[in-house]
Amino acid sequence: MLVPILKQGQYLIASVQAALRDADLVKLRDALSEQVGTYRSRGVIIDVTALDVLDSFACRILSDIANIVRLRGAKTVIVGIQPEVAYSMVQLGLRLDGVAALDLEEGLDYMKRGT
Amino acid sequence: MPVTRNEIRVAIRSDGDILAARQQGRELGTRLGFRPSDLAVIATAISELARNILVYAKSGNIVCWPIERGTKKGVVIQADDEGPGIPNVETVLKDGYSTSGGLGLGLPGVRRLMDEFAIVSRKGHGTSVTAIKWIK
Repeated sequence: MLVPILKQGQYLIASVQAALRDADLVKLRDALSEQVGTYRSRGVIIDVTALDVLDSFACRILSDIANIVRLRGAKTVIVGIQPEVAYSMVQLGLRLDGVAALDLEEGLDYMKRGT
Repeated sequence: MPVTRNEIRVAIRSDGDILAARQQGRELGTRLGFRPSDLAVIATAISELARNILVYAKSGNIVCWPIERGTKKGVVIQADDEGPGIPNVETVLKDGYSTSGGLGLGLPGVRRLMDEFAIVSRKGHGTSVTAIKWIK
C-alpha cells in the first residue's frame, strides 16, 4: 500500500494508512527525499498512528528519512507512535533518530516553532 | 508437534508474508486473551523473526500455537528455516551483532521481548528459534 503524501504549505505530510510492507517503506523514503526538493519543503511529518508495529526495519527507514531530509535542508517529525508500539520498540532496543511528537497538531506546532 | 485448532502457520518467502505472519500472530494473541501491549510485543517479535528468515535463509516458516504450563497460559512462536545456519549462536545473541548490515537487534531484541527463548542451529542445516510469551 502506497503512503499518500500531502503538501500542506511549506510542509509535507505522509499519513500511513495501514501496515506497510518493507518495499512500501522504501518507496516512502524515496518519494519524500524527492518531494522535499521538488516543493522546497521546510519539513516532513510522518503520521504512524495506524501502525501496530515499528520493527527494526521500519525504524531504520524512518531514521534514514530523517537523515536524508536533514541533508536536504528540512526537518522530520514522526507523529502518533502508539503507547504499546513505543513499549515494544524500547524492549527491542530500538532508537529512532529524528523528532517524535504526540499527534499531527503537535507535530505541526513543532515545525512552525522551529522554522 | 500436535496441530491444534488455534495453530497458525505462515510460509515466509516475501516481505508481504512478514505482514501476514504478524497479523495472524496478533489475531491468535487476541483470541488467547493477551493485553494490547503484549499483542504489540508478539507482532514485533514475529516481524523480526520472519525478516531474519527472509534475509538469511530466503524462505522458512513462522508457526504459532497456544501453550499451557501449570496455571500459566501463553503462546509459542517458532521460526524455522533450512538456510545456512548460524555458526556461532552466542555471537548473534550479542547486541549490535549483524552480518546483514542491519541494526543487529534481531535475535537479542526478540529475546528481550519474549519470556522464554531458545535457538537451535546447525551449519548447513538451518535454524529454529522458539520463543514463548506468557499471558499476564
